[in-house]
Amino acid sequence: MIKKKAVTLIISLLAVMLIAAGCADSEDETANSDTGAENTGETSTVEFMHLWPEGSSAEHHRIVNDIIDDFEAENEGIEIDLQVLSNEQYKDQMTVLSAGDELPDVGMTWAAGYLDPFVDGDKFAPLDDLMEDGLGDQFIAGTAESFEVDGSTYGLPLELNTSYVFYNQTIFDEYNLEEPETYEELEQVVDTLSENGEEPIALGNRDRWTGSMWYMYFADRIGGADVLNDAIDRTGSFEHDALIQAAEETQNMVENDSFISGFNGLADEEAKSMFMNDQAAMYMIATWDLPNFTTNEDVPQEFRDSVGYFKFPTVDGQGDEDSFVGGPGVGLFVGENSDVQEESKEFASYFVEQWGEMAVTEAGVIPATTVDGETLDLPDMYVDVLDDLNEASNLTLYADVQMSAGVADTHLDLIQSLFGMEITPEEFAEQHEEALSNE
Amino acid sequence: MNKVMSNKWFIALYIFPALFLVSVLIFIPLLLTGYYGLMEWDGIGAMEFLGLDNYIVAIQDANFWDSALHSFLLALFSTLSLIIYLAVSMILASKIKGSDVLRKIYLIPMLLSSVAIAQLWIKIYDPSNGVLNTILATFGVENPPLWLADTNIVLYSIFIPIIWQYAGFYILIYYAALKNIPESIIEAARIDGASPLQIAFRIKLPLIMSIVKVTIVLAIVGSLKYFDLIYVMTGGGPNGASEVMASYMYKLAFANNDFGYGSAIAFLMLIITLIVTYIVRKLTATKEEIQY
Repeated sequence: MIKKKAVTLIISLLAVMLIAAGCADSEDETANSDTGAENTGETSTVEFMHLWPEGSSAEHHRIVNDIIDDFEAENEGIEIDLQVLSNEQYKDQMTVLSAGDELPDVGMTWAAGYLDPFVDGDKFAPLDDLMEDGLGDQFIAGTAESFEVDGSTYGLPLELNTSYVFYNQTIFDEYNLEEPETYEELEQVVDTLSENGEEPIALGNRDRWTGSMWYMYFADRIGGADVLNDAIDRTGSFEHDALIQAAEETQNMVENDSFISGFNGLADEEAKSMFMNDQAAMYMIATWDLPNFTTNEDVPQEFRDSVGYFKFPTVDGQGDEDSFVGGPGVGLFVGENSDVQEESKEFASYFVEQWGEMAVTEAGVIPATTVDGETLDLPDMYVDVLDDLNEASNLTLYADVQMSAGVADTHLDLIQSLFGMEITPEEFAEQHEEALSNE
Repeated sequence: MNKVMSNKWFIALYIFPALFLVSVLIFIPLLLTGYYGLMEWDGIGAMEFLGLDNYIVAIQDANFWDSALHSFLLALFSTLSLIIYLAVSMILASKIKGSDVLRKIYLIPMLLSSVAIAQLWIKIYDPSNGVLNTILATFGVENPPLWLADTNIVLYSIFIPIIWQYAGFYILIYYAALKNIPESIIEAARIDGASPLQIAFRIKLPLIMSIVKVTIVLAIVGSLKYFDLIYVMTGGGPNGASEVMASYMYKLAFANNDFGYGSAIAFLMLIITLIVTYIVRKLTATKEEIQY
């Protein structure tokens, strides 16, 4: 009996000692890394979070890793700790992390309305010093500005996107169709396709912003470049005739069966795959998808060769074809509460510079920094898009990006109802007006 | 040993770890959620005290009550589907050929994660390429339903995979309970000339009634806080037609950056679920349990 007790006692003691030793070890380790951050002789770690997982954005993902490797090689003593999330998860994670004040040192943010609460809550560091240090001159005019709040820049833009209608040349040829230049021609194209049993336009409106692009283009062509912007920033009204008419035209398209059936229940990815599998003739998307139509080796060459694009047509002879709906995509932020802010800024500006060139040559996306397209060997469609950008008369920022989170969600819900024929154009305008004035 | 167990200090010592974890992981977050509901807070910046405003707004919020209605509909359907589960497990528990294989088939959805199930059913419901509409088309249906895009039917379209998803779980519970009934009782009934239906309704069902009550509570509570499949399959759309309380709360907090209001909704959800659970317990309470 006594022996048994003794054995139990010894084992318990050993266990306690083991646990104590374990704790002590980990304390030592954290102590080490703490001094490491302060001591320039040792490594400091910059946490970096991005939203291009290998699965869905292979090229982007690889380029990021290359840039990180180069940066680490050139800057001994700085280590990049990487975390990758997909788009929706990324947005959730940003909110959760910032509520707990645990944002990464460098990460990605969207412009305008998305940015505001983070800036108000002192979560992002102003990057004016970097901008004045020469980085500012590299951005295409208008891109960095959308990351400004009260005159300070809080994000370094990485992409610039414009939206086009892409179409399947093979299907168009089969029915002798041409790129439409006016809305009436587009309607005829749609009619011809429907009569022959083809799905005219792929649209994944479960994601809602896809439908918003169609509405925004109608608003732009009918009412000009400013009418929607004015309504959003409250210098104008959403009940403007042009905006109501834009909603009417959107519903006309739905009534003409222009879009694939069940579009309100389909995700953008599903619509895209219909377009890319020759099941729909047209698809509106922004230039971030250019790689799928040009360089992406995973997409069959035959399909890539048969993709063409046209600018959103004029409506009733109104509108300017060189006015685009689009905007900067994501940009880099640096955490205001970062322990390694200097290193983080260094990394962020290095990243933007490298990204500019590599994005064009390797990923085939349009970066937010100016690129000399002449000297590079680029796919034709890509060169055309760059040319369009040079000739662009206006770029209207995506409505949901312009608005604050709550109003943007109302807007997107209303878009879905509009496409679902559940509200009239007048109600659509009225409810927007209400949401915006309650801000 | 008995001496140790009657010592209050020892009882406290043994309970403490569990109590500590439960309070840190469950009760404190619950109270915090209620507290955040009193705030105007975007989840990022500073909080501002509002008092009960969020709760008052929530009670008048038609969208919230719509989503609550959808949650209750789901609870109703889940409870009704228990009848099917019960019937299936009765058949499986009686000695029929291949019941082993069938039981495993019913269990498969339990092995899949919700996201995988959602993806699977999105493919099934796909309006032009989906299995369902392809079959309907071969039968000559001209305009097959747009399962996930039609605001009138989207809710029911989602209920089906949810009911399918949980079938294995409930069938397993019922199956285990039915297997626990001593064979001698059934045998005795059979000798007395009871038909299989009489055995099912007069003997088996009363004997597993306590388990049935537990599953009713589980189904209702589970439905009221249901979230995952709906979030993945439709995100609550089109236009809120498939929004349930949990997805509405999530949308407010994470998509609209309105954490204060989202927390208030979450707390209301808790209260509603508690009330419903209480009512269900009261309704299903019986004076004495039948024993075998």
